[in-house]
Amino acid sequence: MKVKVLSRNPDDYVRETKLDIQRVPRNYDPTLHPFEVNREYTRALNATKLERVFAKPFLASLDGHKDGVNCMAKHAKSLSKLLSGSCDGELKVWDLTKHECVRTLQAHEGFVRGIVVRFCGTSFFTAGDDKTIKQWKMESPGYGEEEEPLNTILGKTVFTGLDHHQKDGVFATCGQQVDIWDEQRSSPIRSFTWGVDSFSAVRFNPVETELLASCASDRSIVLYDMRESAPLKKVIMTMRSNTVCWNPMEAYYFTCSNEDYNLYTYDMRFLDRPITVHMDHVSAVLDVDYSPTGKEFVSASFDKTIRIFPKDGGRSREVYHTKRMQHVICVKWSADNKFILSGSDEMNIRLWKANAAEKLGVLTPREKVAVNYSQKLKEKFQHHPQIRRIAHHRHLPKSIFHQTKELRVMKEARRRKERNVRKHSRPGAVPVVSEKEKHVVTVVK
Amino acid sequence: MASPGKASVSDSHVGKKKKPPARYWQEETDGEKKGAEDGGRAAEEEPRTQKPKQEEHQRDGKRFISGKSDPFPGPAPIPEDRLQKFKRKEKTKKHRRQHYKLRDIITRSEEASEMAQKQAARFDILLPEDAGFLEGDEEEDTYTISQEDIADAVDITSGAKYFNLKLSQFGPYRVDYSKTGRHLLLGGRRGHVACVDWQSKQLMCEINVMESINDVKWLHSETMYAVAQKKWLHIYDSNGIELHCIRKFNDVLRMQFLPYHFLLATASASSFLKYLDVSVGKEVTAICTKTGRLDVMCQNPHNAIIHLGHPNGTVTLWSPNQKEALVKMLCHQGGVRSVTVDKSGTYMVTSGMDKKLKVYDIRALKPLQSYFLPAGASCLSLSQRGLLSATTGDVVQVYKDVCNTPVTKPYMAHRVRGTAWGLSFCPFEDVLGVGHGDGFTSMLVPGAGEPNFDGLDANPYRSAKQRQEWEVKALLEKIQPELISLDPCELGQVDQATFQQRHQDRVQALGFDPLAKEKFVPKYKKKGRSSTGNVEKRKRQVAHEDQRDIIKQTVEDKMKMEKERKNREKKKAKLSGSRSALDRFKN
Repeated sequence: MKVKVLSRNPDDYVRETKLDIQRVPRNYDPTLHPFEVNREYTRALNATKLERVFAKPFLASLDGHKDGVNCMAKHAKSLSKLLSGSCDGELKVWDLTKHECVRTLQAHEGFVRGIVVRFCGTSFFTAGDDKTIKQWKMESPGYGEEEEPLNTILGKTVFTGLDHHQKDGVFATCGQQVDIWDEQRSSPIRSFTWGVDSFSAVRFNPVETELLASCASDRSIVLYDMRESAPLKKVIMTMRSNTVCWNPMEAYYFTCSNEDYNLYTYDMRFLDRPITVHMDHVSAVLDVDYSPTGKEFVSASFDKTIRIFPKDGGRSREVYHTKRMQHVICVKWSADNKFILSGSDEMNIRLWKANAAEKLGVLTPREKVAVNYSQKLKEKFQHHPQIRRIAHHRHLPKSIFHQTKELRVMKEARRRKERNVRKHSRPGAVPVVSEKEKHVVTVVK
Repeated sequence: MASPGKASVSDSHVGKKKKPPARYWQEETDGEKKGAEDGGRAAEEEPRTQKPKQEEHQRDGKRFISGKSDPFPGPAPIPEDRLQKFKRKEKTKKHRRQHYKLRDIITRSEEASEMAQKQAARFDILLPEDAGFLEGDEEEDTYTISQEDIADAVDITSGAKYFNLKLSQFGPYRVDYSKTGRHLLLGGRRGHVACVDWQSKQLMCEINVMESINDVKWLHSETMYAVAQKKWLHIYDSNGIELHCIRKFNDVLRMQFLPYHFLLATASASSFLKYLDVSVGKEVTAICTKTGRLDVMCQNPHNAIIHLGHPNGTVTLWSPNQKEALVKMLCHQGGVRSVTVDKSGTYMVTSGMDKKLKVYDIRALKPLQSYFLPAGASCLSLSQRGLLSATTGDVVQVYKDVCNTPVTKPYMAHRVRGTAWGLSFCPFEDVLGVGHGDGFTSMLVPGAGEPNFDGLDANPYRSAKQRQEWEVKALLEKIQPELISLDPCELGQVDQATFQQRHQDRVQALGFDPLAKEKFVPKYKKKGRSSTGNVEKRKRQVAHEDQRDIIKQTVEDKMKMEKERKNREKKKAKLSGSRSALDRFKN
């Protein structure tokens, strides 16, 4: 007779001393783990619910401005510094870690229209309604010294926007025309006009550093090459664009925020139709900024909300609002991809988390694993109705909720009418125009 | 390497031969000074000649600098059967017209799951324990080997797992092992309840409920158990303190606990099947089965479906989501005496009054084997590794591989002192517990238990702290009773229900069609020609205009296809030239 009976030595399965961690022998045999899918689903559901529970995006409000915040700039080298300019010409430098203002200066008379930090981070430029461009030192003046700009340029017209080159001592302004300035000179080295009376924003391309994009008041977005004397091309849309922002990773894409409540992502090479139309705002979109990863962007709107869109998604993944936040004029995504800053009408700058449910601070390895695992589960079961309902639910202010509904009804009515017109007219007389093509009037080269 | 001395010898007859560099221990002689000069040059040259060779070896990945080749190139091979064990599903078919993004996602997820499968299979080789076995000598049948012999042959701790408890006063006994296999619950017919840490033979509590007991069952952990008493269902803790008396559950005869759903399913004499959620203490559903006294019950551990056996020979399958049975199977000519389902949810074994033991494939609902037992089996139990134990009177028999191959002899047999009433294999141990009229017998059945447990699921060696942590985790991932269905993987599949199907379901549930337009009733008007009736008539003329074109088109297409097909057939017939004998009468 040969016999063997299961006989385990407890020493192999129990920890030796109380100081050790417990032993957990594993066996991944699927038959020992029944209901795999159901249990994963339950975990995913719990993770989704917890995400909603922990979604507290608002971190801090930076108050101190005496008028609405009109523009902001990130520091090129330091994560914790933020510059903001208000409608009364005051400029403040903030320390974000301490949530306090470290420096205040009266930069202009009237609005501060644009701020930009030089790529080296030692100085910054401001442009204002008083037709001046000023260069300031980043360091605050010593005791007893006066706040004085390093350099002041007197322009002929009002400036509405400002951006600096990524590598060279060159910057661009916009106003009645787009000007390219050398830091050393007091007159522009180049001026671009294209039968347009005013521009609202100008941005350098972060990769192809000689390229610029600007938004003009004749509802067009104009592209320039700094090395050439004439603009490259422009696309004219049905409504005016307010600002434009390049995707930092795929720098042939840019997104513009439009007065018709939408944002449009274009491919620089094919301007005849946008790549994606981002809808969800219920009022004019005033500002847009990309995350440093280039996967998402944040937009600020006149409807008192901030929304976060995936770069290739038509609908927003997140909406931020508070009772006290009024029309949001400017918005920035921090360079560490974790925070969002918004400046609004009621004189405050607000600091938000980019991922509403993210835990801030150092994570232990176990926490990291758990976060990654639940993230994957949520992704896996995202289309299940129960989970989708919870994940997509956002509480909205009453006015926005009703406006969204109203817009939907209006859109549906317009669609229905068009369909009826098409039905009762000669075949081909009323062609079907896709949502993407609807908003582009023409492309001029 | 040749020693420097040899090199100096060899350079005498071959002038061009390279020399190794001179080393510090060499004596400097005149002849060698020159050699050292040569050697210096040689040392410079050597790497130049050797380098490309070395690179070549590395590029192969098979040869080392020493020139030997790797005897085991590449990653270690994994046996196919082990890989198969961890396979969750077949690869999805890729359509040519699939969107490239979707195709990428599918490819990537398949790669990930394949890697996980391989890793799991690799890890499987490292598992520490092997399953037990029992082999007789030549011409010796294993069922003739007595328990005493086995207990003597194995080590002391295993030998101690064969024992008898003489409890003749309150018997016969029902038996239940906890999920980890560490704790044993005994419930005597005449009111005696005892829970024992059976490996250390430590008595946790012992009470007499002063009522007859129909069944006992551990709940999710060893701290609580349920006792089906004469009238009501009671829940006690491991100290024997009564926690609850649930009066909604009366006349319970059999119970099953679904560990992942935290549901206690009870079958009563009044033919009610009731589910109790033990995590919140609420009744989930009560189903009136209308089939009389329910005293045969088991659960399918694979999909948490309850199997009930009935006196008319049928076995019915139940889920808490449906008031009718999911499946009704006629299994026996007489009444069903016992039912059991294996761990993977593939096989169901039943025994009936017709003295037959039958094996069914419950995925296909087809009979596989049928055995005739002279006295018929009163209790059945399947072990984790697929051994079947059956009791006939006071004899306990264990069979091996009953499901696939016809078996003639039992694997083991043992006679207990009274008629067996309760039977259960101990999880993760080679032990079979038999409750009978004269107490309890713990038998050794080599090869019954799963040798390697998973510490996060059911750990027999867990501490109190570990148990508490497990309890929290398990409660967090409690599966809702709505998810119980015949196929437990249903949730992971694409819902193919079309809009029409869903609409139909909705209509059925509501009792009316919510999307239906109101039927037009013309107003009864006596004067005027443009009556609403005429308007309706005109409307009907243009109704479904958009669909009409499509319908017309499809009809035309179909006709065209049909015509083409006929033409092709005609041509084919002509070309094939297979003329039958009657074709000459055609023209």
